[in-house]
Formats: sequence, structure tokens, C-alpha cells
Amino acid sequence: MTSANQTSSGRYPAGSAAFPHRDLTGLAGLAPWEILFLLDEAEQWVDLNRQPQKRSDRLAGLTIINAFFENSTRTLLSFEIAGKRLGADVVNMQVAQSSVKKGETLIDTAMTLNAMHADAMVIRHQSSGAVQLIADKVDCPVLNAGDGQHEHPTQGLLDALTIRKAKGDFGALTVTICGDILHSRVARSNIHCLTTLGADVRVCAPPALMPVDIHLMKVTPFNHFDQALDGADVVMMLRLQQERMSGQFIPSPQEYRHLYGLTLERLAKAKPDALVMHPGPMNRGIEIDSNVADLAGRSAITTQVEMGVAIRMACLDVLTRRSRKVEGWT
Amino acid sequence: MKPSAALTITGGQIVQPGRAPQPGAIRCEGGRIVAEGEDVAPQDGDQVIDAKGALIAPGLVDLGVFAIDKEAFHFGGITRAALMPDQTVILDTPSTIRFAAQSGKPDLWVHPLAAATKGLAGSDLAELALMRDAGARAVSTGRGWIGDSGTMHRLLSYCAMLDLVVVTHAEDAGLAGHAVATAGEMATRLGLSAAPAEAEAVAVARDLQLAEMTGARMHVRQVTTARGLDLIRRAKARGLPITAGVTPAHFMLSTTAIGDFRTFARFAPPLRCEQDREAVRVAIGDGTIDVIASGHDPRGPEDKRLPFADAEPGMAGAETLLALTLALVRDGLIDLARAFELLAANPARLLGVDAGTLQIGLQADIALIDPDRPWIVDSDKMAASAGNTPFDKQGVQGRCTALFKGGVKVG
Repeated sequence: MTSANQTSSGRYPAGSAAFPHRDLTGLAGLAPWEILFLLDEAEQWVDLNRQPQKRSDRLAGLTIINAFFENSTRTLLSFEIAGKRLGADVVNMQVAQSSVKKGETLIDTAMTLNAMHADAMVIRHQSSGAVQLIADKVDCPVLNAGDGQHEHPTQGLLDALTIRKAKGDFGALTVTICGDILHSRVARSNIHCLTTLGADVRVCAPPALMPVDIHLMKVTPFNHFDQALDGADVVMMLRLQQERMSGQFIPSPQEYRHLYGLTLERLAKAKPDALVMHPGPMNRGIEIDSNVADLAGRSAITTQVEMGVAIRMACLDVLTRRSRKVEGWT
Repeated sequence: MKPSAALTITGGQIVQPGRAPQPGAIRCEGGRIVAEGEDVAPQDGDQVIDAKGALIAPGLVDLGVFAIDKEAFHFGGITRAALMPDQTVILDTPSTIRFAAQSGKPDLWVHPLAAATKGLAGSDLAELALMRDAGARAVSTGRGWIGDSGTMHRLLSYCAMLDLVVVTHAEDAGLAGHAVATAGEMATRLGLSAAPAEAEAVAVARDLQLAEMTGARMHVRQVTTARGLDLIRRAKARGLPITAGVTPAHFMLSTTAIGDFRTFARFAPPLRCEQDREAVRVAIGDGTIDVIASGHDPRGPEDKRLPFADAEPGMAGAETLLALTLALVRDGLIDLARAFELLAANPARLLGVDAGTLQIGLQADIALIDPDRPWIVDSDKMAASAGNTPFDKQGVQGRCTALFKGGVKVG
């Protein structure tokens, strides 16, 4: 059987078997080929997005609701652009953290959206597990755009795509993720994604920001940044949230920069061609120096944003194939 | 409830502390047990009930429940419930205690626990002597630990004078913070805020020091870690008047139960690792743990159908307390007599009530129990006011078939 979805390399099964999940709530537990399938699917959208005419009608007539229970600018915009470029009707619902937080309201909101017959929902919520809770209650595919400190799967995928574009195969790569690992859903999704694809992943944080037993997620933990950087192919810096920098976890931003800021001198510990990444928004001069963030040929930070749109287009396309009755997707 | 006519229950297996169940009958008059044994026979005018081989056991004494939920208690064979002070109106005044103490009438004993501090805020001592005389059976720090060691010291010394047991919650507040899980692989994977299991031992260690200084009787309501249990074990070996309790969640479940963010498995203290669960079972077997309680806390969807960290902790445990404890008997960890010490005699002694065993002269609070009867826990059909149980659809064995309070059938 030939399918439009099967690559010549035959890395994944044909049709819906390539991604047999209704939702994308996390990258934990996905098979390598499922991740590679999504990355491969995104390539066509990378190409399209670089054309002057960036429009597909693949999702024409579909309604996508972006329900963001936590403030977001960049991710919301990225999902909105992704949906619109595929021709879908995209509706954004931004709920201030204070007005809808607890109680049945969350489920009620989800049921309300469900009753409007959305074809897909993209949900961000400040509480770990909240997106799964909603996914269990609604009839359409649900895409997790970040839930608490749990997962941010499209970020993990877009980072993987960025790395693949620069470095090729994952098997020989050492990726160092540095920053507030404890509170980071980006770190968790990246850890799941990159370890599944075979990369050697290091995480680096002061003890207070390092989750207990993180080594059981098949990563090597480091407290000292220089050691974590030694020979790394990719250096991924995480944003340190300002409210966590005063006293409670870190004595001060200056002290954090002193130990964990990515400077040009520090970057030299990594491989000479090491890729610099950051999910944004950056605190320039704290976790990353401007001359590193803007380093031509090394910094992939804007590429990450570009890959983000393509990955989200791929995810929206793949998750709606069943409802669109695409051949082979039952 | 006015004592009824005399009652004789015949043809059962009588459960008494320190011995295997023995066939016999039990006779109650004026609400109290007047005779028990093999040669006890009904007298003229007695109401006679044939136990048909069931266990004749003391009604369960549930030390530390969060709601008065009669149907669930009666289902579970519970005749007495010690009510935690953490109510909508906190039990920190004599009037609230007096009201709570009446709230079970006529068919359930409610023994309110007095809030140790005003508003359970952990700073100013509540009117403990007045509450004692209004019916409080012990003092409790509620769901929280008293962080200020000076306050805790004053509390324990005062309660030592009043001869009131202090029921404590063992989680160091600074380490626990707003954690909803125990630090470890599961919490790390799920991205849940977590506290080290040692938060318990830190709290127990301090409280033991203060209890020893003051001579207070202290009951640690839930001890759930190997380190915490070791501290209790050593304190007991030194003869301190320290007791410890646990709920079935912590000997049945470990952190794996919170996978998929199951809010029915959210507890305070949170579920622990498998080694700690095993340590709890060992401690039940070796006598370190004195009390098994339900921690009954029925919670509807508005409290549980939420993201994990936003959900309230606790489970509706009254109905499953007996069956899950009897599972320990089937596992060979304890014998039947010891099971009812954990479920009735020990908590009754701590509360200072004349019940908890079937000794002559005590209140005739009696449960007839078929220890082997199989049934399926079903959260949709529970007697409790809410079905929040992590044991939903699980097969268990052991059911209360009839319950008597003061010699009168209830439920």
C-alpha cells in the first residue's frame, strides 16, 4: 500500500498508525517514529511558510479554538498563525488567571466550548494535568499548549525540528538544558522528546531548581554549568521567571548570571559549533547574554520561532485527519 | 437514645483483644454489655439475634474524620467518629464543640477534637479546658503542623496538665510548602510541586522532643514514612506515651497511584514511595502503629474534578476502612484480634471512651461482621455523601452485616 504519509525511509507505519492518538497532551510515552512523523510532516509547512503565498486550504471550514487560561503572547500567536495558514477558522479565548481558576468552571468552560463543535482545541493552563482533564471531557482533538510544569509538547517538537535542521541525526548529540528545570514544562517535553530520539541529554540547575530523581528520566543532572557545557552540541537555556529569582530559590539575578548565565566565555566550553537555543522570552543579561543570543550562525532562537509555526500546522493537520476523513485515517 | 430492652446476640464468634475469636453469645442490658462467652444464653424478654456464625466485634472507633456521614459510618461498622476540628466553622470554642458532640444523636457517637489553636492558625491556644468540659475528647492541630516550636511547647505542656491527648499532623510546614505530592520520580514527571518525604520525620522529631519535655500524650494521626515510623518506634521503646495512626491509603497505595493526575489519590500527607508503603505495613505488624482510621473526607466533583493541584486532598474512607484492614489479616500481617485493637480498642482508649472492646460493663457498641464476604467498591453507589475513593471498582472482602449502638440496632 502506498500512502502519502509514508516516507521513503519507511520510518513509521502508514496512515493513522503513524500517529494513533486523538490528542497531543504530552510527548511522554510517544514512540520515536511518532515524533519523527510529526517532524517530517512539519517540513512541508516550513517550505510553505517561506513562500510569499503562505496559504493552504487543508483545514478550510474547520473551527479551532485556542483556549488560553494562562497569559501567553508568543505561543498563542504561533497557534493562531498556524491555524489560519491552514485555512481554518481560528478563535482565541484568553481567560485571565483570576476569573476562571477553580471549581467546575474549568470543566464547564470546556463543555461550553465543546458544545460549539470545535474541530480542535488548543489549551494552555497554569495547572499540571489540566489539559488532560479537559481532553477527557470533550469530543474533539486537544492540543496541549502548556500545562503547569508538566508538558509543552509543541515546544519540544519545534526544538527537535530546529536541532534536526542544524545537526541532522539525534543519536550522536549531547544536548544541555540549563535553567529552572523544576518549574519548566519546556524542559520536561524536551527531555521526553530528545531522549526518545536517542540524544544524550544533560540538565543543569542549582539544587533548589532541580527536580528530585530527574535522572530517572534518562538525563544526567549537573549543578555546575561549566561541566554541563563540556563538549555539548546544543545548549538550551531556559527562561528564569523573575518571581523565582528574588530570595526564594536564587539570591539575585546577578548571582544567577554569575553561576548560570550563558556568556561567550562559557559557550566556549561547548563544542565550537554548538547550537544556542532559548524558548523565549529571554531575560537578556541574566540567563543569556545579548552577544550570545544574537550570535550569527550559532543562535537558533529565531529559527525556533519559525519552526514553531510549522510544527503547530503539522499537529493541527495530523490531529484533524480523522474528522476530515483523510484516506487511511480512521 | 434510650436504652432498649435487653439484647442477646447468639451464635457468633466473639472478638476480644489478645485472643482468637471464640464462639459464643453476648448479652446487653441498659445499653451496656452484661455478659459474653460460650455459656451466655438469652433471658426471658430479651431481643434475640442470631449472628449465624458472624464475628461479634466492637463497633469501630474512627479517630479523625472530616465529616459526619452517618450512612457511610454505619455501612462501615463505625459507631464512634472522632471529628477533626477542620470544619467550615472551626471547632475552637466550647459552643462549637458542644454542638458537634450532639450532632450524631441518636445513632452515632461523635467525639469532637478541639482545635489546638484559635482558628487552627497555629499561634494562640484555644480554650482547651473549656472545650474539654464541653465534650472534646482530645486536642488536634487539624490538617496542619504547628510551625512555631514555642507554641507547640506551650500546647503540649498545657494538654499534659489537662490530661488531653494531642493529635498532631506531621508535615514540616516549611518543607511541605504548597506541595501536593512527595518528591520523587512521579512528581517530577507530572510536574507537580513536591515536598521531600523527610518533611514528616522532621516534624515528628521536633514534636517528640517537645512531648518528652512536657510529658504530654501525643498521637501522630498519620505516620507514613519509614523515617517517621523509626522515630515513633524508638520513642515507644523508651516508654514515651506516644501513639501513631495511619489510614488505609498509605498502606494500600504509593505514588504510582497519582499517575494520570488522579485527584482521588491526592492525600495530605501525600502518597509515598513503595518502600515507605512497605514500612507502614511493617509498622502495623510490629505494633508501632496503634490506630487505623478512615480519614473520612467525602468530596464532590466541585472539590475533586479539578486539576490535581487545585483539588482538595482526602478520600471517602469510612466504608472501606474495615475491609482494607481485614486485608492485612488475610495477608498474615496481623491477626483478627489485633485488627480490632487498631480499629476500636486503641482509638477508644486514646479518646477515653468506655467502648472499643466487648468487655463487660462497656457500652454495647457492637458490629456483626462477615470477614470474608466479597464486595466491589463502587464510587457511584457509595453510602457516603460523595464517592471519592481511589479503590473504585476494586474487589474487597469483609462487610458489617449489623450494627448496634448502646444495644440498639442502627442503620
